[in-house]
Amino acid sequence: MINYIRSLGRWGLGSFERLGRAHIFLVAMLAGVPGLFLRFSLVIQQLFSIGVLSVMLILISGLFVGMVLGLQGYNTLVDFGAEESLGVMVSLSLVRELGPVVSALLFAGRAGSALTAEIGLMKSTEQLSGMEMMAVDPIKRIIAPRFLAGIISMPLLAAIFSAVGVLGGFLVGHGLLGVDDGAFWSQMQAKTDLFEDIFNGVIKSVVFGLVVTWIALFEGYDAMPTSEGVGRATTRTVVHSAFAILGLDFVLTALMFGD
Amino acid sequence: MPLIKIRDLHFNRGDRVIFDGVNIDIQRGKVTAIMGPSGTGKTTLLKLIGGQLRPDKGTIEVDGQDVHKLSHSELYELRKRMGMLFQSGALLTDIDVFDNVAFPLREHTNLPESMIRDLVLMKLQAVGLRNARRLSPNELSGGMARRVALARAVALEPMMIMYDEPFTGQDPISMGTLVNLIHRINDAMKLTSIVVSHDVAETAEIADYIYLMSGGKIIEHGSPVQLKDSGSQWVQQFMQGLPDGPVPFHYAGPDFAEDLLNPEDNA
Repeated sequence: MINYIRSLGRWGLGSFERLGRAHIFLVAMLAGVPGLFLRFSLVIQQLFSIGVLSVMLILISGLFVGMVLGLQGYNTLVDFGAEESLGVMVSLSLVRELGPVVSALLFAGRAGSALTAEIGLMKSTEQLSGMEMMAVDPIKRIIAPRFLAGIISMPLLAAIFSAVGVLGGFLVGHGLLGVDDGAFWSQMQAKTDLFEDIFNGVIKSVVFGLVVTWIALFEGYDAMPTSEGVGRATTRTVVHSAFAILGLDFVLTALMFGD
Repeated sequence: MPLIKIRDLHFNRGDRVIFDGVNIDIQRGKVTAIMGPSGTGKTTLLKLIGGQLRPDKGTIEVDGQDVHKLSHSELYELRKRMGMLFQSGALLTDIDVFDNVAFPLREHTNLPESMIRDLVLMKLQAVGLRNARRLSPNELSGGMARRVALARAVALEPMMIMYDEPFTGQDPISMGTLVNLIHRINDAMKLTSIVVSHDVAETAEIADYIYLMSGGKIIEHGSPVQLKDSGSQWVQQFMQGLPDGPVPFHYAGPDFAEDLLNPEDNA
């Protein structure tokens, strides 16, 4: 029994210690961001590997999610004779919730895991240590550009996801199910508010981008420098990111739309 | 005055004592070897000198500066004058050989690209890999990677270089090349070199002075000739690579006969 309590205590202390390290790491990353504006090429390289290379996944997923929303929405709305509101339903679902949340989950799976593996392997092959000994701070040179690129990429990817999703909904709603295209677009434009809906969605995706990139980079940087350690860290990135995205989504939704 | 002065160094990892009151002087312009069995903390010592780890007690002075009392920016300034060759080479794998050697120059100087090119080619010529400059680190053998890392370590013309196990896992030709290079570069650039190794013959060939470490302490120090003539059994076992002696062949534990007669123990 005593051993059980002792191991629980050890686990608790270890978790808090890790949480503390993660926050020190966040502060160090943030301190490295201003210097990047003098060397923005480092961020552009990362925008390509983190953002651009995720576009195809986001496009295809967004299209299918939008098409499913179109189908499901039509089936429900048609019972009330409100199928012309399909555009509003699809666009609000996407810009408020599914766009930021699903694209962040996909981003964690694709870019987050890749970041963790990359940084973890750089650590295990002593590249980060080597950089420190060359008087180059790896947090400023390697970590901060990826962090900033993650924060910039996420809202753009979420916007692409939502835009393609709306198109998918339109393709199914108008092309397959015969919803009037004028009603689809005009109702969508009338009921989707720039600040209330789109702006709040963008805030969500910026927060998700920050949190997912932070988790991914920290897990890589803090990984045990072995192949098993890097593997575990990559799994943790995806799992912790998913929890963080869904938990934060509830909190942000409650704050934004909870009145 | 020595370039590096280590006094009363204590360092623990958890409950394990790595250094227990170590004193070392590294003389300027010389090749000093730190030798000892695996796991004696030789690499840890280099990390302590480079300020990547903090000692529990004691001081390390490099060129008159206490490494662990420097601010972050002062430490990074000092590191510009230190080179380190990691066991793996630690080359950046996403850029080619040329860009790896150019990396410290681009990070720390505002030299024009044409001059960087000339400097990189000179360094690569010195290690014999000028024509391998467009290869990626994945295409290099272990020995070649270490030579590229050596070219990179001397790119900023440092005052000293620390070599972490430079000969481990090398074929005889690469080993000979590395031994020759370390010696030649040390003399040509008037460097101070610290070689951490357990390859006795190769290290003794180039070292001016050797420190032998075991169990967190300096067991013996002196020139290679003095150590070969040492009366200590431990030194003789290490220098001649004898399988048994003061460092036992068998891992400590119960007697073999006792173990055979005790069928209860399934371990």
